[in-house]
Amino acid sequence: MLCEQVQELLPSLIDGDEHNVEALAHVETCLQCQAEAARYRKLLRAMTMLRTRYLAPNPSALAQTLAGLESELERSAVRAVLSGKRLAYAGAIGGTVATAATVAAFVARNRKRGLKLAG
Amino acid sequence: MVDERELVEAAQRGDRPAFEELVRQTFSDTYTLAYRLTGNEEDARDVAQEAYLRAWKGIGKFRGDAQFSTWMYRITANAAATFTKKRKRQRTESIDDIGEPAESRYDYQPAAMSEAADLLDRLSVAVDELPPKLRQVVVLRDVYGLGHEAIAQELDITETAAKVRLHRARHKLREVLDLPGEQRSGASAHAV
Repeated sequence: MLCEQVQELLPSLIDGDEHNVEALAHVETCLQCQAEAARYRKLLRAMTMLRTRYLAPNPSALAQTLAGLESELERSAVRAVLSGKRLAYAGAIGGTVATAATVAAFVARNRKRGLKLAG
Repeated sequence: MVDERELVEAAQRGDRPAFEELVRQTFSDTYTLAYRLTGNEEDARDVAQEAYLRAWKGIGKFRGDAQFSTWMYRITANAAATFTKKRKRQRTESIDDIGEPAESRYDYQPAAMSEAADLLDRLSVAVDELPPKLRQVVVLRDVYGLGHEAIAQELDITETAAKVRLHRARHKLREVLDLPGEQRSGASAHAV
């Protein structure tokens, strides 16, 4: 393999990609590619260090986030209550309709029976 | 400072002040990740807020086998991905084509800094300047240590796509290491 080809693969090889045996074998014997691999490892170390390098948010950002969170949670709670009420209304209407239907059926049956007895 | 586990358990019981304390304790971390993923302060604030809202709604599902902050990384990554997609639809242009580099937050003063600090500064700027698709993957993988599978899941892409983007991002960032005395040795290929 050529150094150019191997160096194209290095960004993935340094992640422990052991499938590319040929490229790994090349790196083991090539000083130039070893140096390039070392640069990538340096890059990864530096990237890890960025994790503890906090970006200072605007001093008001935390307060804004907490306030925004609170108002959003309040809105969600109101929506939940409203949808709960809607469900309750729908249940009540459904119940009333079902009761009315049962009563109507009962009345109709009794009327039929009354007519049969009279006849 | 109250123990994170206690706060999480209290929040899981619906204790909102406990959750707000968790927000206070993790805000710098979450905001920093949101900033690195979005590239600007305003979007970072929106993403952080959305992430905490999702966290509150899903806190019952948090099993506690990882740190709360690690769980927040995944939620923040997902919130940032959703945000970026929405933004992309609004602007109706490819985020890969955005040529304008993100505004640097760093005053670059090489003479006053050590080599390591200088490298981190240049790297931060270079990460900010990556196209969002590449930036998201490399930040989640190389800065925050998330696995390929988790990254693919949170960004709603395939694992292969995540690996390809990571490869391209590292390739671009590698150029940052090219200091004046440390230029690449050229492409004088030789076969072994």
